[in-house]
Amino acid sequence: MLLRQLFRSVVASVLFFVLLGLAYPAIETGIGQAFFSHQANGSLGPNGSTLIGQTFTGPRWFQGRPEPSGNNPLASGGSNLGPRSKVLAADVRHEVAVLQKEGITPRNALVTSSGSGLDPDITPADAYAEAPAVARANHLPLAAVRHLVARHVTGRELGFLGSPYVNVLQLNEALAHLKGSTGA
Amino acid sequence: MSYLWFILALVVVLGLLWRFLGAYMVAVYDGTTHWLGFVERPVYKLLRVDAEAEQSWQRYGMSLIVYSGVAILVVYLMLRLQGSLPLDPQHLGAVSPALSFNTAVSFVTNTNWQNYAGETTMSYLSQMGALAVQNFASASVGIGVAVALIRGFSRKGSATIGNFWVDLVRGILYILLPISLLATIVFMAQGGVQTFAGPVHVHDVLNGVRQTIPRGPVASQEAIKQLGTNGGGFFNANGAHPYENPTGLTNFLSIVLLLAIPVALTHTFGKMVGNVRQGVAVLAVMALIFGAWLGIASYAEHVGNPAVAAAGVTHQGAGNMEGKEVRFGVQQSTIYNVASTQTSTGSVDSANDSYTPMGGFAMLSGMMFGDVTPGGVGSGLYTILLFAIITVFIGGLMVGRTPEYLGKKIQAREVKLAAFAVLVMPMTVLVMTGIAVSIHAGRVAPLNAGPHGFSEILYAFTSQGNNNGSAFAGLSSNTAFYNVSGAITMLLGRFAIIVPVLALAGSLAAKQHVAASAGTFRTDTPLYAGLLVGVVLIVGALTFFPAVALGPIAEQLSTGRLF
Repeated sequence: MLLRQLFRSVVASVLFFVLLGLAYPAIETGIGQAFFSHQANGSLGPNGSTLIGQTFTGPRWFQGRPEPSGNNPLASGGSNLGPRSKVLAADVRHEVAVLQKEGITPRNALVTSSGSGLDPDITPADAYAEAPAVARANHLPLAAVRHLVARHVTGRELGFLGSPYVNVLQLNEALAHLKGSTGA
Repeated sequence: MSYLWFILALVVVLGLLWRFLGAYMVAVYDGTTHWLGFVERPVYKLLRVDAEAEQSWQRYGMSLIVYSGVAILVVYLMLRLQGSLPLDPQHLGAVSPALSFNTAVSFVTNTNWQNYAGETTMSYLSQMGALAVQNFASASVGIGVAVALIRGFSRKGSATIGNFWVDLVRGILYILLPISLLATIVFMAQGGVQTFAGPVHVHDVLNGVRQTIPRGPVASQEAIKQLGTNGGGFFNANGAHPYENPTGLTNFLSIVLLLAIPVALTHTFGKMVGNVRQGVAVLAVMALIFGAWLGIASYAEHVGNPAVAAAGVTHQGAGNMEGKEVRFGVQQSTIYNVASTQTSTGSVDSANDSYTPMGGFAMLSGMMFGDVTPGGVGSGLYTILLFAIITVFIGGLMVGRTPEYLGKKIQAREVKLAAFAVLVMPMTVLVMTGIAVSIHAGRVAPLNAGPHGFSEILYAFTSQGNNNGSAFAGLSSNTAFYNVSGAITMLLGRFAIIVPVLALAGSLAAKQHVAASAGTFRTDTPLYAGLLVGVVLIVGALTFFPAVALGPIAEQLSTGRLF
């Protein structure tokens, strides 16, 4: 009796390994590579992945959120600092000071770190808050920079899913283009 | 406003799943649908299983334990031998013995507690062939046990409660695999990664940044990790990682997937016992408690983070953004984590550790009530049915009558089994937490100081005891002590509950139905649902209040103090 259950357990383990552990992900990989190859390979562009945050140091660039690992994709995860942590308060105070020195009035999301440690986005409000400093540092008209931000705001999917955001890498690529075309 | 639409859409989608997936699962477990017979029959042939032959509860339980034991061994060996096995493009090498043991137990018990960072520990083969396989199997085992208990109520004078192997295979083939196949495609279309090509090195000429970005077969694992209420992430950041959960749409889909089966099972339950209202009563209890925790957490997160406020950011706009992703925002992150902790999924799209004291309290307490609102696949339903039995027992004591539930007399044996199974989790969690805070190896692990540090330890054992797997991730728990104590907690939280549940199923199945009379306490009424809410809350509060008072409550009340 016990032996029969042992036999079945071993056969089931092998079967499930082949069906669920190899065939299922392999079929999905085939579908992904055939129909969604850009996404399935990591949404890669010439300057990296638009889904993986990178460190841009301001104010010549739009900057993303401060991440504890410095946006290292091999060390994803948040700060894990608690809501009454002295360390968190000190970190945030430091970020506020850095941004204020650059002439940016930081909002909440721009001085806190994300859950992934790789947040590729900032809020539209934060992008607009950075715009004057970016315009000044690059000798660009503020209106042109604000226009750039406006063009890069992604709204909620279907009008209610998620929160509006601006992708930092795409915004900076557009900024580089703008700098190039105005000779700044 | 978008949050209201979000909740409305969720309710509508879950309502449809409740009705249609619930009815479909009746057909799956009654054996009346056979559209995948061409795959199913050869599987039985290889397993040498007679699909018509049923098992007594003892034999069902033995098959379950033997299979789970073999599965733990298989996962353990695959992780230990990882360095010699293929599909390891990052050359990560073998996983240490203590961590392999903890991880094997974790995935076989449907917990998915992770003492490791996936992107730097697990090869593609381990992720797909060891861990994701158990995401399917452990989920199907859980649903099977719940269905076996339902059969105990619906049958009369029966010596058997079903066949473990048939339930296991049908749950995977007919429910988990088809839905996962479809959901993976949505994840990929939205940006979920699915490749065997290994990590990619990128160089950004704008800022001079160089990155090595790990990739892998992520989307296929994401779908089953949510649907099976497993929760183990491919990456350390879990559902916060943009490759796992790229958009607001995938965030919504994740929440739908993890709630789908636990919610729909209440319909399956009602149908199988011949009165859908019985299932509605159970669902109402789940929804009421779920809604309460969601309300508390949403409000607390909206108010904002005290440490960020202390740093001078007094206007926090949408709320506490520490540990949350911009693309999800505060509220839709909160509902994800609440849904995930209350279904014993344990995946996160934002860092639980950085939630406000009351936000974290909502996550922790949802688990402390036994993860029944609506709980994990199968485990949520069978655990709340234990509470339902205790409720009719208490109701019976009040009026001095032998209690009945769903036409079955509830006698001493049933009450003893239910009470034992309900008490296993709190006993394990509290004893383990007590040991951890008493010894050096336990006390050095928390990242945070003050009451939050204690919460990290309490959360770890509560999560593992409920086979949830979510974490206050600041705890450095990849140590011999936490790996072993955690594995014991997970094993007890799973099998020390499943065995009495199966015994209960066997004992109920053998009984005859008693006809309802004028004196029967009806269990499909708001009065009964209210009583059940009371029992769940009282049992949870009585056992855990002192511990919670030292953690999140102390933290909440420490206004103006930082630690």
